[in-house]
Amino acid sequence: MTRRTWRKFESSLALSLCAFAAFIGLFWLVFILGDVLIQGIGALNLSLFTQDPVPPGMDGGGLRNAFVGQFLITVVATLIGVPLGVLGGTFIAEYARGKVIARVISDLSDIMVSVPSIVVGTFIYAIVVLPIGHFNGWAGAIALAVIMIPVVLRTTESMLTLVPWTLREAAFALGAPYYKVIVQVVYRGAAAGIFTGVLLSIARVAGETAPLLFTSFSNNFFSTDMNQPISSLTVTIFQYAMGPYDDWHRQAWAASLIITLVILLVTVIGRAIIKVRYQK
Amino acid sequence: MKRSIWRIIAVVAMALMAMPVFAADTINGAGATFPYPVYSAWAYNYNKTTGVRLNYQSIGSGGGQKQISARTVDFGASDAPLDPAKLKKMNLYQFPAVIGGVVPVVNIKGVSAGQLKLDSDTLCKIFLGEIKNWDDGAIAALNQGLDLPNKDITVVHRADGSGTTAIFTTYISGVCPAWKEKVGAGKAVDWPVGMGGKGNEGVANYVKRVPASIGYVEFAYAKQNNLAHVKLKNVAGNFVEPSFATFKDAAATADFDPSKHFYLWLTNAPGENAWPIAGATFILLAKEKTESNKKVVAFYDWSFKNGDKTAEDLVYIPLPDALKTKIRAYWKSNGIY
Amino acid sequence: MPFRIKRGPDTIFYGLTAVASLSVLLIILGIVIVLYKEAALSIGKFGVWRFIVSTEWNPVREIFGAATNIFGTVVTTALSMIIALPVAVGIAVFMTEIAPKPLRGTIGAAIELLAAIPSIIYGMWGLFTLAPIMSEYIEPALQNTIGKLPLVGILFQGTPLGIDILTASVILSIMIIPFTASISRDAFNLTPSVVKESAYGLGATKWEVVKNVVLPYSKVGVFGGAVLSMGRALGETMAVAFVLGNSHQITSSLFDAAATITVTLANEFTEADTDIYLSSLFNLALILFVLSFITLAIAKFFLFRAQRKLAR
Repeated sequence: MTRRTWRKFESSLALSLCAFAAFIGLFWLVFILGDVLIQGIGALNLSLFTQDPVPPGMDGGGLRNAFVGQFLITVVATLIGVPLGVLGGTFIAEYARGKVIARVISDLSDIMVSVPSIVVGTFIYAIVVLPIGHFNGWAGAIALAVIMIPVVLRTTESMLTLVPWTLREAAFALGAPYYKVIVQVVYRGAAAGIFTGVLLSIARVAGETAPLLFTSFSNNFFSTDMNQPISSLTVTIFQYAMGPYDDWHRQAWAASLIITLVILLVTVIGRAIIKVRYQK
Repeated sequence: MKRSIWRIIAVVAMALMAMPVFAADTINGAGATFPYPVYSAWAYNYNKTTGVRLNYQSIGSGGGQKQISARTVDFGASDAPLDPAKLKKMNLYQFPAVIGGVVPVVNIKGVSAGQLKLDSDTLCKIFLGEIKNWDDGAIAALNQGLDLPNKDITVVHRADGSGTTAIFTTYISGVCPAWKEKVGAGKAVDWPVGMGGKGNEGVANYVKRVPASIGYVEFAYAKQNNLAHVKLKNVAGNFVEPSFATFKDAAATADFDPSKHFYLWLTNAPGENAWPIAGATFILLAKEKTESNKKVVAFYDWSFKNGDKTAEDLVYIPLPDALKTKIRAYWKSNGIY
Repeated sequence: MPFRIKRGPDTIFYGLTAVASLSVLLIILGIVIVLYKEAALSIGKFGVWRFIVSTEWNPVREIFGAATNIFGTVVTTALSMIIALPVAVGIAVFMTEIAPKPLRGTIGAAIELLAAIPSIIYGMWGLFTLAPIMSEYIEPALQNTIGKLPLVGILFQGTPLGIDILTASVILSIMIIPFTASISRDAFNLTPSVVKESAYGLGATKWEVVKNVVLPYSKVGVFGGAVLSMGRALGETMAVAFVLGNSHQITSSLFDAAATITVTLANEFTEADTDIYLSSLFNLALILFVLSFITLAIAKFFLFRAQRKLAR
């Protein structure tokens, strides 16, 4: 074999291996999603959404309380986390642009992103649950907000810096104060990007379990009272999957299917917005 | 677009603030997974009758003790009773609610419920890791005629702080000096071998899934999940199967003392037909929370009056009437009944 | 700032945004302070170093040591990296060099979907689907082949449970593949095409270009991405909680159960009934926080260098 032939062969071999790697990646994706789909669809029925849990050993029951609880916690977390993240990102990208403080906050943000979510849970337990005296939904929402803030902050920062400075200059030239420039010009320009960042951060926290384990805890009953423990889909999936009852397992798969579909949908929409808006 | 966003946010915020209207009377409890099947059945029926919600989370007896001592719940549940000194220190009331039994369960191909016989010696050595294979001579000697495979034993224990573990290890410590010395008894011990499941639920789940495994669960879990339970040799020398009768026999000689806050272990009961690993499960109340204590007591009072059949269906032993009377007197003398 | 900040609304808005961004600082400081304060009891009793190396985790005797948990965390993370890195780099090469242009976006999006799946789904799927497959087919196969080799074979001894270090590491690796692949792909794309083309001009095969031009150029970025993924794997709880087996031990076999810091926290936090127990758990949390901080710092360092190199 000539050296040239060998090199060609080596290239084909190596590249085939890379193609195989991509195949492996896609294989896992199809396998996992497919499994969730198959197992979950079998267990999907209306009572899952309309009924509350029944004691183990009894048939029937649903996860209505978990769906509602998850929704409430996520909404509250978004209401807390998004404004803080967007405003924080605005500060770094606008008022503090180029200054040291911007770099510092940016790096701190990255640190916050990398804090394991269960550590966030222990932190919120210590500063929210203990002083209040019992587990409650607010604590769970705050824990999720803590996870959301840095994500939203960084995406806001990136999106705002993408807006050309000349746009701002034009607004200044018209005599607008800075805050008006930001709110009416820059935000408008970066709206799609910021919105996507918010969507992606919601997708991220909607699937979180660990931070809720010792903050919002769980509740077997339907409740909308955030001052008390409240059930969430993720914690319930955890409880049900770890338990031995087949009925629980079926419901856990169905819940997993719903939550995966919602999160994937939100993620795909977010990515699509970015692609359409920013990659012409 | 900006204005409509604010409008949406305002509507959502107002809706959230109006929400608490839907929160009915709720009692929050947490603790032992041992009685979870019966407590949740009682709570379900109680809710249907009175509308009061008893939210019980089974996180393990360790969790129950911890959460009530931190006062983050209205009551804690623990299979491991606290001795009077500890109760005084943590400022708690304690009373038993129901009696059940801890049962070793196995997942061996070809072995069905009640077929495998073990005595305290073999059980102890299995959990110590000294007997490693199902076809070991010691096990075979007790089980002539049973075809045991040549497979390594996988031990499943609790990963969390568990009253079930406390009862189980108290039993083994009582009959196996080697265990008492090496490991001891308690809610969470330094297990020599095995994997940990979370809660009775987790152990049942693992035993169900892992072939050639052995674990220990409260009997309701074994029954509800069709796990193969084991026959044990009791103190009187008889091989007994876990059942309503053998649990009742174990409880028959029990003398619960209100002045000691009913502190009592039921392991290694002396009766002829007694199941050696029986135990009561207890409710812990924070002394100072009088109002919520009254609500918890109301629930258990209702369950004492109406929940016996439900408990028996799940193979728990309802407390004998004499004990229930003692408990009501205890409540009364503490001002919560 | 080449503009005026007017009084009134402008100062308010400035104040608002400044406070919001400071919340980040406050939260991080808060976490560090609270973790330290809660862990103080445990640190005081066991000492910083002794706690880290002690293998005893005994709630009955109230003696705690982090070594078994750190072992589990480190081993599962390292193993998941070993499995994931070649696959992720391969995927990145595929996406940048091999795949036909119109497909690249789609495949990239598909791989990134893997990252969007919540970790609890991974855990559930791991317990119900992957663990049985591992214990019935893959692990016995491994035991009968590699398990028979002298040194390496030690890793594959014992009963293939399916609920063990190997399965947990496989699941972790699937979770971090998309992340590493994305960053590697971005790093590859930053290689100036001029350099690649001159290599092609000299007659290099595609693989040679990848191996000798693209990889060396982007290795710093790839490495940074890998370390970042490592940080993610370190902090993973739910994916591992189902299939790791929760056993506080240090073992040489991948078929054994183990414990990680995250899973121990999840299992034992709500029930640590003595002050020293809870404090030791906070101690573990603090150690984990420090570990992920260090990995982040290393990753940032490499990514920063990669950026600087390409700016030249």
